[in-house]
Amino acid sequence: MEKRKYYQQAIETMPVEEIKRLQSEKLVKQVKHVYEHVPYYRDLMDKKGVKPEDIHGIEDLHKLPFIEKSDLRETYPYGMLAVPLSECVRIQSTSGTTGRRVIAYYTQKDIDLWEDCCARALVAVGADKDDVVQVSYGYGLFTGGAGLNGGSHKVGSLTLPMSSGNTERQLQFMIDLGATVLCCTPSYAAYLGESLKEMGYTPDKIPLKAGIFGAEPWTQEMRRDIEATLGIKAYDIYGLTEISGPGVSYECSEQNGMHICEDHFLAEIINPETGEPLPEGEKGELVFTCLDKEAFPLLRYRTRDICVLTRKPCSCGRTHIRMAKPMGRSDDMMIIRGVNVFPSQIESVLITEGFTSNYEIRLGRVNNSDTFDVYVELPPEQFDDSVKTITAKEKSLAAALRTMLGIGPTVHLVPPKTIARSEGKAKRVIDERKLHD
Amino acid sequence: MAIRQLSVFVENKKGSLHEITDVLAKAGLDLRSMCVADTQNFGIVRIITNDPDKAAKILTDEGHAANIREVAAFAVPDVPGGLAKALNLLETNGENIEYMYALVTSAEGKAYTVMRTDDTARTEALLAANGIEILDEAKL
Repeated sequence: MEKRKYYQQAIETMPVEEIKRLQSEKLVKQVKHVYEHVPYYRDLMDKKGVKPEDIHGIEDLHKLPFIEKSDLRETYPYGMLAVPLSECVRIQSTSGTTGRRVIAYYTQKDIDLWEDCCARALVAVGADKDDVVQVSYGYGLFTGGAGLNGGSHKVGSLTLPMSSGNTERQLQFMIDLGATVLCCTPSYAAYLGESLKEMGYTPDKIPLKAGIFGAEPWTQEMRRDIEATLGIKAYDIYGLTEISGPGVSYECSEQNGMHICEDHFLAEIINPETGEPLPEGEKGELVFTCLDKEAFPLLRYRTRDICVLTRKPCSCGRTHIRMAKPMGRSDDMMIIRGVNVFPSQIESVLITEGFTSNYEIRLGRVNNSDTFDVYVELPPEQFDDSVKTITAKEKSLAAALRTMLGIGPTVHLVPPKTIARSEGKAKRVIDERKLHD
Repeated sequence: MAIRQLSVFVENKKGSLHEITDVLAKAGLDLRSMCVADTQNFGIVRIITNDPDKAAKILTDEGHAANIREVAAFAVPDVPGGLAKALNLLETNGENIEYMYALVTSAEGKAYTVMRTDDTARTEALLAANGIEILDEAKL
């Protein structure tokens, strides 16, 4: 039997005009739903002088107010909920910390549509009923594991719910059960590839054929490395907890941009300074409106990812608009080993632990994995002539940062006044990873 | 008795030591001894000077992390095994030595040693009780 090319062919290959019509219909309903059930967003709309009846279709999208990450903090934990809690069946949450944590709620329908998106991504890279899909994203609050796990079930593949970590076990299952599709972060894929090589496996000895890698930025160079060490085709996937999770967009066989699941998520590019929508093909900030979600239906959510969209036809046959790999951020968020980190989080730990906010973050890349070093000035009064005390302070500060961020940096205490002071805005982050092509 | 030692937290990079000694030289301070402990990233410079208070103040005013602490100083006979005997004594009595270094001396037949232990007074008492000469700042 011939392998299927699409998971939901009618939707994935729908003519663009029809997609737009569908989006318009859904948007009108969704705005009404949100206005009626989310007082916080109703206030935003009222302040802007927009009523649901002003929205007749996607051409009116620009009239709606944006939702920003700060709004999600403001409304934590239930303020953006658009259905009674009794209708919700799951939460997922962003990695990171108390201050910045976002909790997203899902009804069964929300889970279904999210898993459908992941199933589309899997079929797009060649997965089918006969495949063995190894999901090595973290399971739990993080959306990576849950999303691809659900998608793989829908496709009917044999799903290996490995979660992240325990590399030895990962490789054992990969080899013994003949995994054909691997889903994890690109840096973990690179690491698994290196480990296989060390064990003496060449790509032709394992049946792995494709990988879906996301949750952190990666380059074309890294793609080539992973493809060579694992003997596979490596595909990108994009998503965010606020909107659903992985599968908001995904690469097809062309490996040239990610198709956004447009029937569920309406994408715009805006000027991050002015908020003005930009025409197709221009670089700006990516904004999403959830068209079908029930429990946590964010409208015009600013992702802070800088990106370009294109409607150029794709030879895979999918008509859904494609987004380029994000080229950067319009805020100061860093993605380190797949975890979202803000400098302000590091600063708050330093203050709590009795340090000044003279610090520097250095990010590097060794063997396709991020290095994360934090340099902090030791206040003179904390110096007591002992190497032991300094190294103990470095360790305890690293532990406090790990608790806050979810990933642990290497902390280096340095003498006072050794970290460069700059006029005006301090340059806190030195990122030498070259994550964008 | 004990002597006061100045320590300074410095970056492990070219020029750090020069900067510290230069500041002290300009203030007319005399350095009796100096020792550097270094790790990959930082170093601690330990200095015995004729006026530790003044040295610490000057360095602190310049923004350095400087600290004064009391350390034990003692003289052992300048013969093979002279120091080993003192260290053996400390070890058998469970004293923990954090670091030690030699002190320049013009005294004939004697070797001066500076040492930081967990308890300076206890270390000095132990050495003195066993006939080892303890030094104070006046004797340096």
